[in-house]
Amino acid sequence: MVDIPRGPTPPQIIPDTVPPDYMPPPAEVKEVELYHAHSWITKYVFCQDAKIIALQYAGTALAIGFVALVLSWLMRLQLGFPGLLAFIDVNVYYQFITIHGMVMVIYLITAIFLGGFGNYLIPLMLGARDMAFPYLNMLSYWVYLLAVLMLVASFFAPGGPTGAGWTLYPPQAILSGTPGGQQSGILLMLISLILFVAGFTMGGLNYVVTVLQGRTRGMTLMRMPLTVWGIFTATVMALLAFPALFVACVMMLFDRLLGTSFFMPSLVEMGQHLKYGGGSPILFQHLFWFFGHPEVYIVALPAFGIVSDLISTHARKNIFGYRMMVWAIIAIGALSFVVWAHHMYVSGMNPAFGFFFAVTTLIIAIPTAIKVYNWVLTLWRGNIHLTIPMLFAIGFIVTFVNGGLTGLFLGNVVVDVPLSDTMFVVAHFHMVMGVAPILVIFGAIYHWYPKITGRMMNEAMGQVHFWVTFAGAYLIFFPMHYLGLLGVPRRYYEMGETAFVPPSAHTLNEFITVMALIVGAAQILFVFNLLWSLRYGRDAGPNPWQATTLEWQTPQTPPGHGNWGKELPAVYRWAYDYSVPGAPEDFIPQNQPPQRAATQASLQPAPGE
Amino acid sequence: MAEPTLTQEPPGLSPVYPSLRPSGLRGIVADWASDQRTFKNVSWMKAMMWIFLLSDTFIFSCFLLSYMTVRMSTVTPWPNPSEVFGLTVAGHETPLLLIAIMTFILISSSGTMAMAVNFGYRRDRVKTAVLMLATAAFGASFVGMQAFEWTKLIMEGVRPWGNPWGAEQFGSAFFMITGFHGTHVTIGVIFLLIMARKVLRGDFDKERRGFFTSRKGNYEIVEVTGLYWHFVDLVWVFIFALFYLW
Repeated sequence: MVDIPRGPTPPQIIPDTVPPDYMPPPAEVKEVELYHAHSWITKYVFCQDAKIIALQYAGTALAIGFVALVLSWLMRLQLGFPGLLAFIDVNVYYQFITIHGMVMVIYLITAIFLGGFGNYLIPLMLGARDMAFPYLNMLSYWVYLLAVLMLVASFFAPGGPTGAGWTLYPPQAILSGTPGGQQSGILLMLISLILFVAGFTMGGLNYVVTVLQGRTRGMTLMRMPLTVWGIFTATVMALLAFPALFVACVMMLFDRLLGTSFFMPSLVEMGQHLKYGGGSPILFQHLFWFFGHPEVYIVALPAFGIVSDLISTHARKNIFGYRMMVWAIIAIGALSFVVWAHHMYVSGMNPAFGFFFAVTTLIIAIPTAIKVYNWVLTLWRGNIHLTIPMLFAIGFIVTFVNGGLTGLFLGNVVVDVPLSDTMFVVAHFHMVMGVAPILVIFGAIYHWYPKITGRMMNEAMGQVHFWVTFAGAYLIFFPMHYLGLLGVPRRYYEMGETAFVPPSAHTLNEFITVMALIVGAAQILFVFNLLWSLRYGRDAGPNPWQATTLEWQTPQTPPGHGNWGKELPAVYRWAYDYSVPGAPEDFIPQNQPPQRAATQASLQPAPGE
Repeated sequence: MAEPTLTQEPPGLSPVYPSLRPSGLRGIVADWASDQRTFKNVSWMKAMMWIFLLSDTFIFSCFLLSYMTVRMSTVTPWPNPSEVFGLTVAGHETPLLLIAIMTFILISSSGTMAMAVNFGYRRDRVKTAVLMLATAAFGASFVGMQAFEWTKLIMEGVRPWGNPWGAEQFGSAFFMITGFHGTHVTIGVIFLLIMARKVLRGDFDKERRGFFTSRKGNYEIVEVTGLYWHFVDLVWVFIFALFYLW
């Protein structure tokens, strides 16, 4: 950085957010050595650069995500127009449900937020050259890819993929009545999950160590952009929650392969008494949801973080209550480990436990509400630019509030029990952990695409994509709440003889299906836009959104190997110096020293502040 | 852009103004509020190992809690561990004899590991390597005795899906938990052997590059290996207490 001579402090109030004589402390350690690729293979395929690994993660996740999208189309076609597609029978329907859920939650959203955005943004936003352990990072991606391929392989295995539902509840998951239960479907699923956990652990250790130990000069934890806070906290949670999934998968694998009875009670199947006995199916539910509930926030916290940055940048205003936002992220992360059994209210547990878990669940509403208020207060009187990322960010807030409110319904035992097996639950979790995080993923891609490629994404296509996706998602999932209140059951292949469901519900089902097809098609436009803009997009320049965070201050766009020039950037200020009164521009990058901002500033206070 | 000129020293070894840092609770707050590193003087490698071990703790906790749950859920009586794990030596029925020896060996290996770490910091190449090899030998003999124990139980008819004395979850949990722990020990032994070879060859004195990572290692890896080893020992104490003694 430029060494600015320190003069006497001017008598006037300096219009800046840091003291004029602030200098970040000197570097504590010498820089780590980077691996330099020597060939095309080590540069783009077996690559150790976090930015390439990020793109590999994101590309794989989006690709498998499209499989899940097609599966959702097929399921909706069956629900809206039963019997239209002859190949979808009961078994195939359950297989689609299972793989759709599993892919969306784990292989798409978790992987793209932590493996994709985590890898790309953590080193850049913290002023690091790369992740702490580039080799391990590379390995993480390849193990993840292997996990995805195992999952895909189950489509081609005899009997097809498992149809146990994404929660894989035993005992049915490994019995012959369930598709893939006695064939290879469930085996491939479990092995794939075990691999995913192993691969994620390698990546997760990288993210955590880089955030804790690999920041640049001046980058204190409380100056980190909220994106990094969200991804960091989610990664810590994942490192503590995935072990439960790992253990559950290993034990179920043994139940299925070796005939152990961890989860299997004594039972009769097709007139035959099976050799299982004495196991606890509820144990699996506890293990699964000890992973499963933190998983909801593993998906949500990166979205919270990213959306905070999008809103602040595109409203040209500092995030409201930064410290509270950080503490809310940490509080949500901690609380999410003591609420898991609210997924098990109907499992017949002790009412005292139900009370405990309902209370902890509802307490989560407090930090979450703090976050929502802060987003809205950031928007309030901001200079809102309705760019595509901003549209998605606002779309997220609305959707998340919606999904969160139905969460308050379902968090209460007495309300949950009648609603538990209905479409209401489907509507709730799709709103809150499906649509909401995915809107953020889209917003984030539109936001960072210029940094990744050097070109802007096409605005017109982006508008169409946003409005169809946002409005369409509401048209899909709003009616579903109503269906749920009518008592339309979830997980059913067709409504069939459920006589209490009025015929009008079926019309609504058809409507939902048509909307799902349209929203799905809009995603094809998004992919087209990704590819089209790569070549024909408007030249972005280094900092098209005039953002303050470090990734926009790289010497090159897209950032080169090692991210920075000869020296790492030094950080002088927090990530949210937007519209600082009296500053010459409406943003001050994090690596801009205070005095330069002061000397160029006119010292009059800005009107209206 | 010219490639950034990057210096060669591994991070985490230079002291940071020790005189300026407040002590006690204030020191912790100051570290967390500081830039660059939260844990001062902790290298990336060591931080990673600690976090990994935290994650691994959750894995073992889940295994042990699951074992306790199935022990409660099963309807058939649980076999008596002190009889099952007894050895008949010279006509005397000795309960838990083998397990006691195994535990003694594994805890002794922690001692040699700690000494290896000590000599590693003194950059005593040969002593470090010898002590690491001794640790590996203890570990290997532990795994060997575990194999003997498994063989004995299998000969007596214990299987993951059943056993002659009672609840079938006994065999399931036994093979799963000791197997998972034994895998940890085996990985530790392999890692110790590789690192002992590197120490003996002088990789960390000559700053030879790693085969996979192309990074230069240093003697701290001995300590990090030690962290893992002590963790595996600690886990064994819990398995010993909760499975064999209960």
